[in-house]
Amino acid sequence: MSWRHGFRSARPRRRRLRIGCVPLLAIIVAAVVLIAAIALWPRALPQPESIAATPPRSDVAQLRPVASFASIGDPETRSLALFTEAGRVIQHPRCMNCHPRDDRPTQTDAMRPHVPWVSRGPDDAGEPTLRCSTCHHAANFDASGVPGNPKWKLAPIEMAWQGKSLGEICRQMLDPARSHMDRAALLHHMTEDELVGWAWHPGGKRSPAPGTQAEFGALIKAWLESGARCPA
Amino acid sequence: MPYQLAVNGRTHRIDEDGQTPLLWVLRDTLRLTGTKYGCGIAQCGACTIHVDGQPMRSCSLSLETAAGSQIVTIEAVEGPEAAAVRAAWVKRDVPQCGFCQSGQIMSAVALLRSNGAPTDDDIDRAMSGNICRCATYNRIRAAIHDAAQSSTSQAKTA
Repeated sequence: MSWRHGFRSARPRRRRLRIGCVPLLAIIVAAVVLIAAIALWPRALPQPESIAATPPRSDVAQLRPVASFASIGDPETRSLALFTEAGRVIQHPRCMNCHPRDDRPTQTDAMRPHVPWVSRGPDDAGEPTLRCSTCHHAANFDASGVPGNPKWKLAPIEMAWQGKSLGEICRQMLDPARSHMDRAALLHHMTEDELVGWAWHPGGKRSPAPGTQAEFGALIKAWLESGARCPA
Repeated sequence: MPYQLAVNGRTHRIDEDGQTPLLWVLRDTLRLTGTKYGCGIAQCGACTIHVDGQPMRSCSLSLETAAGSQIVTIEAVEGPEAAAVRAAWVKRDVPQCGFCQSGQIMSAVALLRSNGAPTDDDIDRAMSGNICRCATYNRIRAAIHDAAQSSTSQAKTA
C-alpha cells in the first residue's frame, strides 16, 4: 500500500438508504392517517352532572332530638345539655358570621373578614353609601353565588358572639338589655325568624347549620322550659 | 316570561329568564357596554349601576328583582354631581387602564348625592367595594374631593 495508490479505509463504506418519492409519500400519508385516527378515536367525554341544590341529608350535621334528653333526670343537667346541643347551631359559622365582635361581618366557614370591606353602619344593614343591599338581595342568587334574604343585616353589637364562650353567649341572650328580647321574643327569634332560618338554606357551597330550624327551636323551647341554665 | 325593565329613562320588554343577571341584560341584550364585567361575584364593583338611586352590583342582581325599578347606567348618569365627577376625572386624569372606572364613577356620584362634602374616611367607606387593579385610588379620592368642592361652589353660585 502506498500513498500513490491512495488509502482505502478498512471500514466498509456505508450505503445510503434510498427511498423513492412514492414510498415516502405513502409513509407520510400513513402517519397522518394514524395521528388522525388517534385524535378522532371515540372516547367517553365527561358528562355534565346536576348538582343537588341542597346536600344529601346524610351529609348534613344532625341535631339530637329533644326526646333524647328525657333520660337526664336532673333538670339543671338536662337544661345545660339542651343548650350545649343548641350551641352547635349558635356557634356555627352561618350564625356567628353575622354576630361579629366589631362592626365588620365575617364570611365563609373559616369566618374570615368580609370582602369587600364593609361596616355595619347606623342600622346594622351597612353604611348609607355602601348598604348590604348593594350586593345582597331578597334571596340567594346562584349566578353570582351571593347569599340573600329580605332581612339581611348584622345582629346588634350588643349581641356580638364572636370571641365569647357558649356560657357568655347564653347569659347575653338571657339579658334583655343586650339581646333586646324577652324569653318569648327570644324563642320566636330562634324558631320563626326568617333570617335565622337562612342558616339552614344558605345556598351555594355553604354548609348549613346542623339539623333544622324546627329542631333547633324545639331545643331552645325545652331549654327555656327546663330553667334556661347556662354553661360556666 | 317577559319583564318590563326601565333603563336610562326608557322601558324595555326583556324576554329572558328571570334569574339572568342584570349585567348580562344590560350588556348583551341592550348593548349598554359601558357597565363592565369584572368578577361576576360582587367582589370588584366594575358592574355598579344605580337602582332607584342606590348603587348596586348588576352582576348580583337578577332581572326579576330589577324589573319595576328605575335603572341608570354610566351611559346616562347625569346631574350636577355627575358633571362634577366627570370634570374632576378628566382634570385629574384618573383612569389608567380604565376598566373599573364606570363602576368607580357610579359609586362616586352616589356618594356625592348623599354626602356633599365627604371626608377621606367617608370616601373609603363608600368606595371600598370598587377595586382598581391599576391602584388609582389616590387619584380617585382626590378627584372626589375636587368634585365635591366644585359641586359646593356651583351650588353657592346658583
